[in-house]
Amino acid sequence: MAALYEGYTLCGLVPDQNLSSSGIQGIEEERDRDHVVVTDSTRSVTLYKVSDQKPLGSWTVKQGQKLTCPAVFNSQTNEYVAVTDNKVIRIWKEDDILLDKAFKATVSSDVWKVHCTHGGEPVVLFQRGAVRLLDSLLAAPQQPIEEVLAQEETIRSMSLEKFYDDLILELYFSHFLYLQRLNPNSVQRYRLEREEPGLSPLSFSAIYKDKHICLLYLYPNGHMYQSVLSVRGLGTEEGVQALPLPRSLLLGLPVGDGQLEAASAMALDEAHVAVVGVPHPSAGGGKDFLCIWNTNFQTLQAGKEMAGKIYGQLWSYSNKVFIPHGKTLSIIPFECPKSSLASALGKLKHTKTEESKTPNSVPSWNNILHGEKAQPSKTAETRRTVSWRSVFANCEFIIVHTLIQKEVEGFLTRSEFQDLQPSVGQLALTLVSRSLADPAFYSSSTLAQLVHTRCLCHSVCPDLVLLALEKKDYFLCQLCLQFFPDIPEAVTCACLKAFISMPDVDAEKVSLEPNSVTFMENLITRDRAEAGLQNGFSPTSSVVNDRQTRAEDKKKASAPSQLICPVGLHKAVLINEILQTPYSDTFLLPHLKDLSSQNVMLFLQYLQFLYLKYSQDAFPQMEGFRSPSLSQIMDWVCLLLDAHFTVLVMTPEAKGLLLNLHSFVKSQVRLVSELGKIEGSLQQLHKMKAKESIGQYSIEIIELF
Amino acid sequence: MGEFKVHRVRFFDYMPSAIRTMAFNSQTERLAVARADGAVEIFNFNDNFFQEKVIPGQDGRAIEALCWVGHRLFSAGLNGEITEYDLENLRPQYTVDAYGGPIWTISSNSQGTQLAVGCEDGTVKIFAILEERIQFQRNLNRHKGRIISLCWHPSSAQIAAGMTDMITIYDAETGQATRRLLVDRAMGASKNKEVVVWSVGYLSDHTIISGDSAGKVQIWNGLTGTLVRTYLVTKWDVLSLIINASQDESSVIAGTSEGTVIQFQFISSTLDQHDKEWVRTRTFRNHSHDVSALAHTDTAVVSGGMDTQLVVRPLLDKVEKNTQESALRKIAFPHRSLVGCAKKAGLLLFQFPDRLELWKLGESEGHGEQHTHTHTLGEDHICCSALSACGGWLAYSTVSSVRLYRIQYNKTISINKVPKLPKELRSVHQLCFSSDSSKLFASSCQSSVIVVAVSQQECRYLHTLKHKTGEWKARMHLLCASDDGKWLATANTDCEIHIYNLHKMKLHCMVPVYNSCPTTIAIHPVTNNLISVHADQQIFEFSLVQKEYTQWSRRLQTQGLLSLWLERDTPITHITFNPKNPDHIILHDTYMFCIIDQSLPFPELNAVLWNQMTLKNLPVSQRIGQSHAFKICKIFQHLMCVSLLEDLSLVVVERPLLDIMSQLPAPVRQKKFAT
Repeated sequence: MAALYEGYTLCGLVPDQNLSSSGIQGIEEERDRDHVVVTDSTRSVTLYKVSDQKPLGSWTVKQGQKLTCPAVFNSQTNEYVAVTDNKVIRIWKEDDILLDKAFKATVSSDVWKVHCTHGGEPVVLFQRGAVRLLDSLLAAPQQPIEEVLAQEETIRSMSLEKFYDDLILELYFSHFLYLQRLNPNSVQRYRLEREEPGLSPLSFSAIYKDKHICLLYLYPNGHMYQSVLSVRGLGTEEGVQALPLPRSLLLGLPVGDGQLEAASAMALDEAHVAVVGVPHPSAGGGKDFLCIWNTNFQTLQAGKEMAGKIYGQLWSYSNKVFIPHGKTLSIIPFECPKSSLASALGKLKHTKTEESKTPNSVPSWNNILHGEKAQPSKTAETRRTVSWRSVFANCEFIIVHTLIQKEVEGFLTRSEFQDLQPSVGQLALTLVSRSLADPAFYSSSTLAQLVHTRCLCHSVCPDLVLLALEKKDYFLCQLCLQFFPDIPEAVTCACLKAFISMPDVDAEKVSLEPNSVTFMENLITRDRAEAGLQNGFSPTSSVVNDRQTRAEDKKKASAPSQLICPVGLHKAVLINEILQTPYSDTFLLPHLKDLSSQNVMLFLQYLQFLYLKYSQDAFPQMEGFRSPSLSQIMDWVCLLLDAHFTVLVMTPEAKGLLLNLHSFVKSQVRLVSELGKIEGSLQQLHKMKAKESIGQYSIEIIELF
Repeated sequence: MGEFKVHRVRFFDYMPSAIRTMAFNSQTERLAVARADGAVEIFNFNDNFFQEKVIPGQDGRAIEALCWVGHRLFSAGLNGEITEYDLENLRPQYTVDAYGGPIWTISSNSQGTQLAVGCEDGTVKIFAILEERIQFQRNLNRHKGRIISLCWHPSSAQIAAGMTDMITIYDAETGQATRRLLVDRAMGASKNKEVVVWSVGYLSDHTIISGDSAGKVQIWNGLTGTLVRTYLVTKWDVLSLIINASQDESSVIAGTSEGTVIQFQFISSTLDQHDKEWVRTRTFRNHSHDVSALAHTDTAVVSGGMDTQLVVRPLLDKVEKNTQESALRKIAFPHRSLVGCAKKAGLLLFQFPDRLELWKLGESEGHGEQHTHTHTLGEDHICCSALSACGGWLAYSTVSSVRLYRIQYNKTISINKVPKLPKELRSVHQLCFSSDSSKLFASSCQSSVIVVAVSQQECRYLHTLKHKTGEWKARMHLLCASDDGKWLATANTDCEIHIYNLHKMKLHCMVPVYNSCPTTIAIHPVTNNLISVHADQQIFEFSLVQKEYTQWSRRLQTQGLLSLWLERDTPITHITFNPKNPDHIILHDTYMFCIIDQSLPFPELNAVLWNQMTLKNLPVSQRIGQSHAFKICKIFQHLMCVSLLEDLSLVVVERPLLDIMSQLPAPVRQKKFAT
């Protein structure tokens, strides 16, 4: 996925008084990727080494003169070319110190811009649309220059690319596009389709692929269009007749309130566009953002808030974006890996690791110069960007998650039940392993959906429960405990430990399966209701009152405070789920021993509470609710006592509890022995009957029909 | 159809012997089962698990291990002898003493050229398997302690031997022990008790799997001698363990003292993973007692043990679900009749391995009078017995001898041995009296039938019936003479049925061979048609006079038997006829008896086979329309015999499984929670 890395400052800016322009006219690549030539809007041209953020040379024109077009570097001759006062072309080398002494030539018409592709020959574009190669121009500087453009048109932007051996030049105007081929000269005019009245494109950007020009232009209303032009047929169809330019809406960027003013879009590759001066979709109206969008999937890939005003200027060379903002010119490295559906969905791995690596490779000048002192001023900024990044990451994952969820839903509805099992297992396994590798990927709802199919079991996907536990996704834990028939005892115990030691406050926040919650609510509130009823009944006679209080006293004495549930509602629900999971006592015991004595106490108290609740004879069997059975509760009590008996005996607080439990066991033993007696007598009955009917030998009459 | 007076007999104390060991031959699909009394039974898994051969046991022959080598079957036991069996004549062919004390285990290499036996004295002895015999080759290096279990590596280069507290791997070439794997003892109180490796398996990837008395199934790497994995499967012993060696060695089953059979499979534990490991997968709980014998067929787990039942449990991933093939089978009773019935005299003869019991049925209502006579015999166990219809003669045979008794019954019973039997009567497989009790037929070796005249004065050899002289054939396992004394029918385990004319004393004809073994045959007293029922539950009627299947039989085959009938899992072991109504054929298996009325139409394919209850509730006038040829009665269960006496009363001999269960020793104690 595309990413924007930590930026750094190349140089300070001297913007206009009213902050309308950045003070930079242009940035051009110099001999290699690490050098750029920055032309400011008044008099000076500066050569920078980017990785060192250091100026290597600077040239200034005399006072009164003015640079009217950004300086370019002719890599064939290692010369710089610039234009002063519209008509004077200046050419100098790096060794030249004074510009005034360098070569200059005055041409007969106003120059709009000098353009030079890397490794190509500079081309001079005149304001009225004519184009000359620099060499041919310099051979006869005063040659007459024809007018190509109509009167009312002015050039808005241009780009130049070497295409095979032809140089192709595009000129953009408010409503027209000129495609001009040099050598031989030919021109094609296209008419842009009208956007809303009065709107003309804010910026143009073009890239070339497969003999086509792919043109991007951004309108102030946030619409970004793409037009694809074929270069092939260019030479033949010569004429001034303007062809309509087909376009397709590529992105509708959010514009916030009002229209975009200083915004610019630049194609980074076939699928990615850098946009500056457009508000971030999830950050309100501020427009000081640099964002990378994926045009194929129309997803926001990365975003960064820039401090200070954005001037709508943007350059990009060799994976770096140059952006003037506020009073600085910042360089922001970016990365646009080949886009795929997987990356758009966030499924490609190892993006994060690279991200964390890259910033370190760019030395921070500040750090080197000032050591740690400069840090505080920076941290505020970085923290901000970090927090934004997390916001972006979040919204990106929301997109990803909804996509996955949709996929999964579709998949579940499509598949037949019998072949669902292996594929669901596969799917869950992939999701879980992905979540393990990339924690932010974790999607609770999708996994819950998969668990709900009942096609999963623990052995298919052994990391799921622990993952859910780690993520504190207790709802998923609950589902797993409910639906998995084969959770190992170790995992059950890990769940139990997590549930018991979880603070009640946290537990109440968890949303759980409503059925089990209702059951527990009933269990807890029924008691209160009963009590309320008793209190609500207010007898008038003092005698009755007296008797009543005595009865209450008696009740209190017989059943003391245990009837208050020792754990919170949701915690109780989760523990109930544990009580209902199948286990084998031999395997469970060693793990149970790991519980701390406080936990054991709490758990026993809760079990005691459940037992008391259950054994109240008035307790109605709640049909249709998932609830632990009395024998399950007793089994757990026995298991816990087995595992922790010595510890509990030594703990003074446990004394009362143990005594109570002892009485339960006693009553259970009595019950079982009574049942045994009944069983014995019933068996006897059975035996008697059998003996009566068939002995060793008998003569019977049967009838066949 | 009417009322029947039924003598319901439950005093046959038949007690099957515990299954000691078994061996499955995957080429012939035969399972050999050895019982604690020394008997060896052969089951044909291709033919509805029919028990086609029984080699009677012998006192003092305790078989510990069985081993197939091709078609040859070897056993070894605690008497220290190795025995090869003559599977045609159903007796031990020869025995060889290994001179190493009691033998615990026997195993052949994959080429079938060598037998290894593990002895009490700690030696592994190698015998060469020759054409007609085996010959001692050499001892592997001796170790202290007995050899309990053995397994050859499929390459025959190594042998793994289970002993006490360890497993030793021998190089089969040099005889040296190359590696020792020490087996942990049980934890806790029994730590001082040595652990016995009851069973060991050796896979071609040099994985060794062992089951021991501490309840562990352990997986070892045989190359490095390291323990890979331990599964504690029981608190008691893992008694048996077997690999599906005929297949891909990806499944192992282990039988425990608790009666469970546990399957382990070599699979990847989670989806998506390619590294496989041994994983405990299934637990079968079909036994109440020790599972001491196991076999792993391609599609099923076969287990047997103390509780005497043979259980065939199909693996549901290998067979089609909800078919007859996927049904669990429990074989609790022998697939032959152990009860003889004298129809005229009302006597019953019960055959036990070591004795015979003769009972007189009561005549009055209620409690009948019973006269018993128990006869205890020598060392060899009884292989067959017969009682003449008049009740005057009794004959039985062991592997080596035949005896004939004269029974006289007036107030008291007297049984006198007939001396001087003809010398031709020596080794017989089946005995049968003619209906007038004047002749005794005995199937002998070389598929011949010896006819002996029996009379008060003497016992005289008459003739030997042979269908083809000189040809070596399978033995006769069924004999049946017609009431008029003209015909004798014989059936052998090659599924052939021959008819002899006793007047001419020669072969009359041969019934077309059906591909399933006949489980019982009978000749109709009136029509002289031969009824045969086969292991796949098909019924045929063959006219002896016309030498062809009867119209009834053809109609039955065209219409087909109901699937409920075909899916019964016990064979029909006895047929009798109703002398008053020639249309009635009475036959029974373990769980029901059935009267086939040949005058009634066959049930439609969608009809109810067990329709007695519906018929009972219908008014008489409508019964005719609803009734069909099969009158099935399931009131009596676990039937050993159903026969019709001359006075038209039925004799039903039951042996309830519960009674058998109650005579078994107590199973190992299993802790139930809160006990």
